[in-house]
Order: sequence, then C-alpha cells, then structure tokens
Amino acid sequence: MFVEIVRVAWRSIQANKMRSFLTMLGIIIGVMAVILSSAIGLSAKAGVTKQVESLGSNILTVMPGSVTVGGVSRGFGAVSTLTVADAQAILAQDPDVAYVSPLVTANEQVIYGGNNLNTSIEGTSADYPSIRNVTMAMGRYFLPSEVQDASDVAVLGSQAYQSLFSGSTVNPVGQTIDIGGVPFTVVGVAASQGASGFSNQDDAIAIPYTTAMNLFANGNTVNEILVAAKSPDVMNRAQLEIESTLRDTHQLAPGVSDDFQIVNQATILNALSGVSRILTLLLDGISAISLLVGGIGIMNIMLVSVSERTREIGIRKAIGATRRVISAQFLTEATMLSVAGAMAGLLLSGVGTFVMSKVTGDGNLFSPAAAVASLGFSLAVGLIFGVYPARKAASLKPIDALRFE
Amino acid sequence: MSLSSKHQPLVHMQNIVKEYFIGDQVIRALNDVTLDIWPGEFVAIMGPSGSGKSTMMNVMGCLDVPTSGTYVLDGVAVSTLSEDELASVRNQKIGFIFQSFNLLPRTTALENVELPMLYMGVPPRQRRERAMEALEQVGLKERAYNRPNELSGGQQQRVAIARALVNQPNIILGDEPTGALDSKTTEDILALLHQLHGQGNTIILVTHDAEVGRHAERVIRFRDGRVESDTAAAYEGER
Repeated sequence: MFVEIVRVAWRSIQANKMRSFLTMLGIIIGVMAVILSSAIGLSAKAGVTKQVESLGSNILTVMPGSVTVGGVSRGFGAVSTLTVADAQAILAQDPDVAYVSPLVTANEQVIYGGNNLNTSIEGTSADYPSIRNVTMAMGRYFLPSEVQDASDVAVLGSQAYQSLFSGSTVNPVGQTIDIGGVPFTVVGVAASQGASGFSNQDDAIAIPYTTAMNLFANGNTVNEILVAAKSPDVMNRAQLEIESTLRDTHQLAPGVSDDFQIVNQATILNALSGVSRILTLLLDGISAISLLVGGIGIMNIMLVSVSERTREIGIRKAIGATRRVISAQFLTEATMLSVAGAMAGLLLSGVGTFVMSKVTGDGNLFSPAAAVASLGFSLAVGLIFGVYPARKAASLKPIDALRFE
Repeated sequence: MSLSSKHQPLVHMQNIVKEYFIGDQVIRALNDVTLDIWPGEFVAIMGPSGSGKSTMMNVMGCLDVPTSGTYVLDGVAVSTLSEDELASVRNQKIGFIFQSFNLLPRTTALENVELPMLYMGVPPRQRRERAMEALEQVGLKERAYNRPNELSGGQQQRVAIARALVNQPNIILGDEPTGALDSKTTEDILALLHQLHGQGNTIILVTHDAEVGRHAERVIRFRDGRVESDTAAAYEGER
C-alpha cells in the first residue's frame, strides 16, 4: 500500500512539473538560506578568530587610563601615564609574562626617492616580533643593541614597502629612507599580517622605541605597553600581575582606581565572536521564516490539488479507500515535495558553500548540523502544512466528490 | 456470487427515508421506501428526474446514509456503520459502474482495475493476475496498459465494469451506465452485463432509458420518492 501511495504521489507531482517545481522553490530557497547563512556565520567566525590569533592570542595591551588632575577626571588616554620603567618592571617582576614592548607611535612623512608616504611610525622593542608573530619577508628586525643605542634603523610593513619602493627593483635592505626629516637605514621588511580591526600593521614602519622617544619627545611616557603572556592559558593571571605591578610603580593607594587599563586579546575575541554569533542567529531566524513561507506555499498548492482532484478522491472513496488512505496520500505528496525541495536546496547550497570556501579559503563551510536541521525542519513543514489539505481531502463525502465537475 | 441464500434478500430496505436540506427547506428525496432484492436478480430502477432514483442508488451503494429506516445489505445492517466501515462495505460488496466511467486519469486500465484490490489489501502479484483476468472477461486484455484517454467510451466502460467485478461483489450497481454511449456501444455493454448476470451476478441499473429498462427482469419505478410500481419486465433475452 505504501509503495502504491508513493507511486501515486510521484505521478501527481510529475503531472504538474512546473507547479511542483515552483512549490519546491520555496523550500529550496529556504534550505539554501539556512545553509548559506550558517556558512557565512562560520566564515565570519573563522575570519575573526584567524585575524585575532594572527596578532597573537596571548597579548595583553596596557593602555593609559583616566587621570584625575585637580579634581577633574580626564578621559582615557588623554594623558599617558605609562613609562618605559613600567614596561621594564612588568618584564622583571611578573612571572607569567614572556615579552614586553613599549609602543611609541606617531604619524610622520616618509620619503624614499620620489615616493612619499604619510604613515604610522611605531617605536617598539626588539621583542615586538615575538609578541605580534611578525615574520620577516626580507632582512631582519632590529636588535636589542640597536634599541639600546637608539639607532636610526627601520623595519617596513609590507604595504609601506610597496608604497615607498613602488617602481623600484632595488633591494630595500640597506637603503636609506627619510622619516620626519631624519635618515633611517632599512634593515628589514615584515611579511603581511593583514588589518587588525583598528590599525593596519602592514602600513606601519617600526623603529626602536628609544629612537622614537627621542624623535617624538613626550617626556618619558609611551603610548601603550604590549605584553605577551607565556601562554594563552595564563592570560588572566598575567593580567592580575601586571595590574598589581603598575599600581606599585604608579604608587596608587588602595581604593584609588587604576590610571591605566589592560585589554585582554581573549576579551576582544569573545566580543567579536559574540557579534558573529548574533549575526548567525539573526540569519538563521530569517532563513527559518523563509522555510515557513515555503511550507505555506506547499499548503496552498496542496489545497489547489485537493480541489482539482475532488473527483479522483470521490472515485477512490467509492471504490473503498478509507479516510486514512486518502489522507496518507496527500500527506505523502506534501512531504515528498518538501523533502525533494530540501534535497535540491542541500545540493545547491553544497555547491554554493564549496565555491564560498574556495573563494575565502576558510576550509569547509558546509555545516552538517545546519543540513540535518534544515532537512528535519523541511520534513516537519511538509507534514504540518500537509495535514490540513489531507484532512480536507479525507473528509470529502463520496457523493459530493463524485458529483463534482 | 452472493454468499446469502435464496431465502434471504441481498438488499433489504425497510421504511427508508432520505431528507436533504436546501437552505431551510427540507427535501424528502426518499419517502418511506421498502423493497427487497434477491441474489441473482437483474433489476432496473427507473423514474423521471427528481423521482428519487439517484438518491436510491446512493443509499443502496452505501455512498450516502439514509435519514431513517433500516438497510441490510448481505446480512449487514449498513445504516449503523461508520464512514470507514462503509468504505470497506463498498469495497467488498458493491461494484460501481458510472455514467461518466470515473476511471482515474493518467493511470493504466490494469491499474484502474487493480484499485479495489489495493484497498482490500490483496498482494501485488495476485492483484495483477486477477485484474488481467477481469480485463480478459470484458474483452480488453490487449488494452491493459492503455490509459483512459487512449480508450473509446465503450472501452472505458468495459474497464470500469472489470473494476466493478474484480472484487467479486454481491451487487454490480450501475448509474446510467450507457448514458454516455452511442446505441451500438450501448448494445455491447448491455450484452456484457447480461453475460455477467448469466454467470450469477446480481445487477442493479439505475436508468431513465426505457430501452435499457427492457433488458431487466424486474423494473422498479420511482415517483416522488416512493416506489410507484415493481414489476417483472417482459424481458425474454438470450438467457
């Protein structure tokens, strides 16, 4: 009996190919929306994670905090309270800290030959590459001795290199560039790291922080202190150690709030993946609605089909079909439509996510969980929206159905 | 092919009333009808339109239930059955032949004939064999795999007859079975029905065609929802 029911349903779907296709289209689009939106979510999450991790997942950034001057609270970062001594204290005292680099930044005009570039100059320690996972494309980073001597040496970000040496085939290492009127020797070019949300490391030029402090003299304060914890697992401990060290060096009495703030990379990662999670949820919600709309389309067509086939229902009932058989017939048809639509949608979105992962390089973006969920949801939609038309068909009276023209 | 004896009527109707509501007006389509039909009879139910003969056919065929009265079909009191039980009675005790054939479109003759056995739960192989036999009996074996739209009217009605008799029902019930056919084809179909009658089938035809009525052994005339006359016709056929 079941085989027969499936065969009849298949025949009826085939008899109205265009209509069946259009009915399925609602489900196809719904399923594609689910799979592709989850792929977008996965890709966004992978992108965020990759980017944050490329900058080091064990990084703590110490930034100047608000300072109260004469009873007036100034904004965060309005006055830098961080010094090179702070950086040295952190490195010396805190057991969970691996590397420390003060950061002294300024924007300067940089000239090489006929090329002119206004970009960010970052004064760092020689440990900076270990903190930020910088790898060198050419040459080397500057040495501790060069930091000690406040040498005029520079490491170019990959984009800064391209801008300055565009149209030139000369090896940049050993060349002299002009930064804010001071000649610097290029010792290396960093490999590309990509943009990191707020700043683009590739655009910047790194010089020893000692040199930077001499040039952009601002007392003995630095803009930020970058700290690498020994591992991502000890981030929180390192953060507490740094806080206590800095409260010491800044001689803050108990009860006085910190005049600095420590930003944990993990916190940023969490915040960003929270955003992408909300984005994914939103997209999932929209796709679920489109599946629901697809289901309503199925119900609509099944109702049309019931009234078109009133006579057929009458014949079947006259010959001995029970309510259950008639109802199973239409329910099967609705379910077949929705499942076929879901299959087609899965196939298409499989191709879609394959193309997407090739383009973004994010690896596999086809989420099996989303596939199973959308298939299950489509099946449920077919069954639920098939019930009403099926009941309607089953409850037709045989004489009324036979009389129907 | 009835299991009931010659001493028990196949169709026993007593004080059958059927009322319809059209708006708030009550139409009494059958008004206190009492009749018996015996196994092996060939009966024509006749009457002008509005006489109640179609309602009679629906009630007798268990397509509709009477408002009041008793209907016993082959020993089963059908007036008390549920909708699904009625479906099973129609499936096993009654074979329908309709004026407009009522074959399923897009479905081969063979599958149409198999349909009653499908609902009865006959296994596929046996279904196929018996459907073929029934088609052979109506002389359409070679058109088994044609669809209704590939068959002539007479051929479609033969398929419908094969479908009606395939479950070996107690009654073959025809509603104007020749109403849509030309006179030559009508003769063929009536000859086929006679042949089936000759094999022991009980045949009941509802018709307003006097020509068809003449073929029956017994004619029951309806007028205004009542039995007007019930006579053994002067039929002296090839039997």
